[in-house]
Formats: sequence, C-alpha cells, structure tokens
Amino acid sequence: MDLTRLSAAALSEKLTAGEVTSVEVTQAHLDRIDAVEGAVHAFLHVSDDVALATAADVDARRAAGQSLHPLAGVPIAVKDVVVTEGMPTTAGSKILEGWVPPYDATLVERLKAAGLPILGKTNMDEFAMGSSTEHSAYGNTHNPWDLERIPGGSGGGSAAAVAAFEAPLAIGTDTGGSIRQPGAVTGTVGVKPTYGSVSRYGLIAMASSLDQAGPVTRTVLDSALLHELIGGHDARDSTSIDEPLPALVDAARQGALGDLTGVRVGVVTELSGDGYQAGVSARFAESLELLEKAGATLVEVSCPNFRYALGAYYLIMPSEASSNLAKFDGMRFGLRVEPTDGPVTAERVMSATRGAGFGDEVKRRIILGTYALSAGYYDAYYGSAQKVRTLIQRDFDAAFTQADVLVSPTAPTTAFKLGEKLDDPLAMYLNDIATIPANLAGVPGISVPNGLSDDGLPVGFQILAPAKADDRLYRVGAALEAALENVWGAPLLAQAPELEIAR
Amino acid sequence: MSATTVDLVDYDDAIRRYDPVLGIEVHVELGTRTKMFCAAEVEFGGEPNTQTTPVSLGLPGALPVVNATAVEYAIRIGLALNCSIAESCRFARKNYFYPDVPKNFQTSQYDEPIAFDGYLDVELDDGTIFRVEIERAHMEEDAGKNTHVGGSTGRIHGAEYSLVDYNRAGIPLVEIVTRPIEGAGERAPEVARAYVQTLRDIFRALDVSEARMERGNVRADVNLSLRPTPESPLGTRTETKNVNSFRSIERAVRYEVSRQAAVLDAGEKVIQETRHWHEDTSITTSGRVKSDAEDYRYFPEPDLVPVAPSREWVEQIRAALPEMPAARRRRLQEAWGYADAEMRDVVNAGALDLIEATVAAGTSAAAARKWWMGELARRAKADEVELDALPITPAGVVELQSLVDSGRINDKIARQVLEAMLAGEGTAEEIVTAKGLEVVSDDGPLLAAIDDVLAAQPDIVEKIKGGNMGPIGAIIGGVMKATRGQADAGRVRELIMERIG
Repeated sequence: MDLTRLSAAALSEKLTAGEVTSVEVTQAHLDRIDAVEGAVHAFLHVSDDVALATAADVDARRAAGQSLHPLAGVPIAVKDVVVTEGMPTTAGSKILEGWVPPYDATLVERLKAAGLPILGKTNMDEFAMGSSTEHSAYGNTHNPWDLERIPGGSGGGSAAAVAAFEAPLAIGTDTGGSIRQPGAVTGTVGVKPTYGSVSRYGLIAMASSLDQAGPVTRTVLDSALLHELIGGHDARDSTSIDEPLPALVDAARQGALGDLTGVRVGVVTELSGDGYQAGVSARFAESLELLEKAGATLVEVSCPNFRYALGAYYLIMPSEASSNLAKFDGMRFGLRVEPTDGPVTAERVMSATRGAGFGDEVKRRIILGTYALSAGYYDAYYGSAQKVRTLIQRDFDAAFTQADVLVSPTAPTTAFKLGEKLDDPLAMYLNDIATIPANLAGVPGISVPNGLSDDGLPVGFQILAPAKADDRLYRVGAALEAALENVWGAPLLAQAPELEIAR
Repeated sequence: MSATTVDLVDYDDAIRRYDPVLGIEVHVELGTRTKMFCAAEVEFGGEPNTQTTPVSLGLPGALPVVNATAVEYAIRIGLALNCSIAESCRFARKNYFYPDVPKNFQTSQYDEPIAFDGYLDVELDDGTIFRVEIERAHMEEDAGKNTHVGGSTGRIHGAEYSLVDYNRAGIPLVEIVTRPIEGAGERAPEVARAYVQTLRDIFRALDVSEARMERGNVRADVNLSLRPTPESPLGTRTETKNVNSFRSIERAVRYEVSRQAAVLDAGEKVIQETRHWHEDTSITTSGRVKSDAEDYRYFPEPDLVPVAPSREWVEQIRAALPEMPAARRRRLQEAWGYADAEMRDVVNAGALDLIEATVAAGTSAAAARKWWMGELARRAKADEVELDALPITPAGVVELQSLVDSGRINDKIARQVLEAMLAGEGTAEEIVTAKGLEVVSDDGPLLAAIDDVLAAQPDIVEKIKGGNMGPIGAIIGGVMKATRGQADAGRVRELIMERIG
C-alpha cells in the first residue's frame, strides 16, 4: 500500500484505527518528496526533522489514549507566504531570504495544536503575485501532468505538491484565484473560503481586503476537514468573522451521496464563451449535465459588472500591495543592501534593498499601486475601483436570489507552457478572469477537477456561494466529484503520468 | 547651520501692524496599559525594544486590532471638547518611509475622525474667556524613537549611525486640531499657551494620560501666519514643532510673529514650512519645506473594520465624565470664598490640588492659602521647583496649622517649624517637641520673667500706673525676648496688667 496515494480522510481512518503510524505516513511523504522534488520543485523548504518529531509526538499521544483531532498525524505542506515560527519563510522573495519568523500564523498554530506534521514550505510567485509560480525568486515549480508546463499560481507549489502525492494536504492563499486556478490546472481541489472565514494573522499580506487562506487537497471532503480545522474566529484578525463556521464536513458527506434535488445552480453568462478553450467549455457543459442528473436545477444568471472586475482588481490589489510591501526595507528583518557608493543613509539603504530584493512583477505592482493612490489620481483609480467592487457585490446579491450557487470554469485555459506568458503580463492576468469576482465580493469559491481538455491536461469547475455559506461549496462540489468519479471509475489524478522517480 | 542673522521685528511693533492667526495641533499619548493596535505593554523608561510584538515591530503577517480602551479615552476627550462623536469612522494608512515607522505607514484617522466640531473655552490670566474652535480629534499611533549617535548635536546630520527604539511605536495618540484661531491679537502667545495648558488639565482630569510635557506625553505643533488686518485673507503659515513646555509655546509664538513680520516687511514671502523650536537659544529654524506636493497616499486601512461606538456607550461615557477643570475651579472658588485675583494666583502657582487636599483634611481655606501661597510659594520660587515638588505634603501643612489652631505654637514659631519640616527634620509635632518650641502657657516662668522686666524698668511701671498704656509694648517685648518668643503675647499682657494692678 502506497500511503501517499491516500486521501487525508483515508489516512485519518487508518491512523485512528492504529493500522499505520504518523511517523510511517510522514516518512512516506518525505520519501516521495525526496524522489520527485528534482522534477517538480514544489517546496522551498522541507522540514523533515520537525515533521517527524510532530509525527512521533502524535503517535505517542495516540498510544497513550489521548483524544486527538481527526487530522492528527496527517502531514501537510504550507505555502511559504504563511509565517511559521522557527521555519524559514520567504514568500518566494529574495528580500526575505533567510528570514526565520519569531511567531506562528494563527492557522499554523491550529495545525500544530491539532498535531499535523508540517512537511515544509511550498513555492509560490513572489508575494503571491502571479498565476504561474514563475515569479518565484527560487525557480519554477513544474506541473506534475506535464513538467514543461506551469502549475498555476501563485500557489503552484501547494497544488503541485498535492498533485504529485508529496503531501495529502496543503495550505494555499487566494487573492484573485491563487488557490483555485492552480487547483484547476493540476487536477486538484482548492477552496477560497469566505473572506474572514480563516484568520489572516500571519499571512504575509498582498492585498488585505482580498487575501484569504484556504485548503489545497485532492478531494472535496479533505478540503472540508482542513477548512474546519483552520477556520473560525480569531481575535487577532479584526476582519475575522465572529460566528461559528457552517458544518462543512457534514455538507461534503451529504453531497457525496449525490442528491442535489432542489439546489438551484446558476450559470454565469459572463464567465463563459469567448476566451475559454474549447475543451474547457466542453467539460464545463458535461459537468452541468451531471449536476442536473443529480437533481439540481440549472438557471442562467447575468452578472453584467463582472466585465469590470479585472480592471478594478488591478487597481485595488496593487494599491494595497504597495502599502503592505512598504515594510520590506532592510531596517528590521530580511535582506539589507547598502549602496556601494555614496553615503549610507537609511533612505538609500531602503532604496538599494528594495531595488535588489524585489522581482519585476512585484515592482510593477508597487509602481501601479503607488500611482493609483497618489493625490489627484485616487478618486479616478482607487475610488472608482471600490465603486466597481460594490457593483460586483450587488451582482452577486442579485444572482444569489435566483440561484443557491453560481458556477463557471475555474480558468479559461489549461496549463500553459513555462515561459509562454512571462513577457505578457496582461495575458497572464486574464487567467484569473473567472476567479477574481469572488475575491472582490468576499464570497467563497471552490475549484473541483472536472476532466481533461483536448490537450490531455486537467480542467477545473468553479462553484461560488454567498458569503458565510461555504457549506454549499462542499455539498455541490462533493456531489459533482462523486458523479465524475463514477464516470471515470477513479479520481482524475489516477490518469496523471507517473513521475520519473529519481533515486 | 548657516550663520545668517535672522531679522526680527520688535513684537509690539509687529503686532500693531499684523494680525496673527494660530492653528494648534496637540498630540496626547494615552495612558492605556497596552498599545493602540496590539497587546504590547506600555511603561515609561523600559529597556529599548522590549515593549514590542510582531504587530508593533511591523513584522510580515502581523495584523492590528483596535484597543477599545483607547477608543473610550478618545471619546472622553472628544466629549470634553464639546465635539460630536462619529457613529462610524475608519482608520487610514498614511504612507511614508521612515525607519521609526515600522510598517512604513502610520495607521491614523484621516477623513473620518472619531470626534469633530467642538470648542474649548480657555481662561486667560486675567480671567478673560477665549473660545477656541476644535475641528477634530482623531486617533493614531505613535512612531518609534530615533537616537542619532556620533554627531555633535544628537541630530541626524553628522551622525555616524542611528538607533531605533520601537517601545514608543504604536502607543495610542489622540491628535486635536483647532480651526484657525483668530482674534487673539497681541495675546496670541498667551492664548496658545493657555489653550495647551487647559488641554493638559483636561487630560489629567479625564484620567486619559499622565499628560507630562517633559516626557513628551503632550506635544504641541503651533501653526502661525500673519496678515495685515483681520479682514485680509489668511497669510502663509509655518508649523513650529518640538515646543515642549508652556513657556516655550508662548515664546515660540512671539518669535514667529517677530520673524514673519520681518520677512513681510522686507517684501518677501513667508515660506510654508516646518520649523523647529530650540529651547536653548529660543529661536526657530527652518525644517523641511512643506509643499503641497507632499503625498501620503492615504487610503482606508483594510486590515481594520470601522469603529462604530454605539450611542448608548457614548452616553455612558458622557455620564461618567468627571468635572472639568474650569467648573471645578468655579466650584472651589465659591466654596473657599477666594477673590478672583486670589483664585487666579492659586491656579497659576499650581496650588489648586494642594489647597484642595489641605482643606479636605480639615484646615480652613484661608489658612491653606496662607501657607501654600505664602511661605511655601516663596520657598518654591527660591528653589526653582514646582510647589508640589517641595518636600511637604498637604497633610504636613494640616498638622502644622492644627498646632497653631490649638494654641500650642504661634504663627511666628510655626514658620520656624515649617523651615525645619522642609529641611527634613521630621513632622511638625516632632520638631516642636524636639526643639522645645511649644508656647509657654505655664504662668510661673512667665511671671518670673515679667517680674524681672518690671524690676528693671520702674519708670515705665509708674507711667502705666498713671494710665499711660503706651509703654506696655516695651514690657511685653522684654518678656518675649526673655522667653525666646515662645510666650503667648496676649497672656503676657494680661499678666502684666494683673501685676501692675
């Protein structure tokens, strides 16, 4: 039995039943990492010792009869934008090379408290800015379906790690699609929870009003299990929702039974058609049929302001990022570069450090945001973008009066080749056309793998729900997953090519 | 610094020809236990960088949470300044790069202050009430503290390196901004000083800050512009920073009036700039030019939700507000029966709290004023210290006066006892006992002394017997001398009359 092929839920059962130990499970994943990392490069840091120590501790506590969290002993990978005490955290940037945080993000505290061994930190676009992970300062991550292709971004490392069976679970963050789009192009499940559902304390911020951490897994149920663990109120995040989470795991289990009678599924007119690859559209249509067969009612809904979402996003996100990234200045932590000629003043050290430490995409967004917030431009840019945001929220409100969930393809295309869009930022930005509206409105979304396109690469199906109704994602997502696997006879990842094992 | 001499116009001359307009920004550090946005504990004088958290150090990933006590204090201040309290208001980010600002933005309120549209009635030295309109009071966080090492002056210029202490970073501040203060005329310096002084008293009464100027708990930036007449449009202003005592505020305003008048007289334009007050030389010097190009790229702080104090809470805070200093002064003056001038002197001498405590402990208002505004005020002045810094407490004064009231010592001896108390020789009772200063009330020794004096002055005795009471003072004086002043003069007189018959 290959422990790395099991879902987190299955591992949880075996661990609880005493059929395997966490040390065995963790070691199996560390071995897998060892074997495939040369090809995939999903990790920036692998924390063997720490993970095994946690595993041994969980095993001991289990042996002593302590009651443990269902996911205790199931290993996890964490995106490198989440701070981890005593473990390097770079956010994919040179400017944080070697920085070891003195504290844990709230979600990491919760992982540790529940006894999940942390395998390491996953690769990402620098400061989560990108859709391909090519903007990492530490090299590309390769899509396990085709090593010549991108794994999506910014959370390409977490998605690839899960797709390549290096980890059963991973943490991602999603500001404009950074969990869902990598999920779509790697054939994995990714969830962006309702804004405020998972604490942002300890997430290195890109855009505070859009950022949200969430699960990256291979099954819908695993995402629900992880979401329930990391979610819920946190007094250290003022934007955290002070209410209990809906019953997510229950919703996933109910959905897996396959009955969606009475569920109204809204197909968003504006998130299909031109610009969507033929194979993507075909798989989307097939999935709609499966939902209908499961008893759901399909309705067509229009969200006319979604067409302005990308424009608004590329004003709000860089504006907030320009301010959030100001703290990286070489004064207190991380990279410090002193100018080689001229006086060494604080201002010149800041300038030299930021010049050397930030990559091109980060600089591009800082410049965009600084401009958009400037006196005289604020109303036209940032102010207008916030108005668009309100209109998009109203579109969602109206659509959710007609439908319980909204659906669309997650990304317009399958994974593109490494380097293909690197010199064309606008083409890169268009990858997130279907995922961005959810971030602007704060509503939750999931991407569920729903087949392969004509090029043999995975495609994702996006489900969106009203704020604080994340349970609907899991119910509909699990129902679709069950219906698809019924057709395929196995999970989609069973069709992924075997990676060459480097020994 | 360049050696150019600055032309100054005589203040009185300047004020005859120009109308000054003030604008004052006062920052007060709130005395909350923890910082504005995190749980770092705040204590004065801690080791550098020990009162920090990931939040106040601006570490990646850290998020702010608003300190509810700071909001309550800000509302208290707003209400005391007769302001409206916002039903909902947001924080904003003020973006600028500087090493003492850990995030390279200051979290502050920008276009949505918690309190706005108020006023403060300021009492000037002669009792005149001058109303200062308050534009707004808003919450923000303090910056860290830079220390420049190596330069000769402690300034950044010429320093070898600089150190930053983030203990102060994130301490809650309330900034109170006035509307243009017009109509002060020649009294502009006094108005500026009295305004800040009144605020300081209010902060203390509200118990929102220790409000110690010398520790920087209260910091004033004084804007000043001149115009030819009160009807003219506002002139170009300068903002003088670093004015850290009441006296300096007055002097800085005077200086700027004189300096700007000279600039205008020369047909030049006042430059809109920040100026620094120098305590040692009593002048202001040019800081950075404040052009309109300065752009802090304000935008609403996305990491915080709006602060929305419920009306019930605001009314609870209003109901619990303590008596304001001006009302308290009026009440005490009436209770004590002081004349206006007496009361003003008491307030200006900083004796109000001391006298109140002294009276509360059982001494008459007149006696309390006699001591604090008499001997003790003289002593404080001679020693150049504040009254409350003298080594004597209201309880000590009460004890001293009670010895006088019970007739055990007289006023003259009491002054002697007070000297000894200030010298740390013990309590009034201890000193009187130790030095044998008690009034001699036993008639025996007195009679002996009287007999000695009478025997030495037979001619005076004759005159008194003849009905001429004039010379009796000489006899009394002789007795007092013989008893080293410890005799009760009234009793001595009675005994002399008895003896002579």
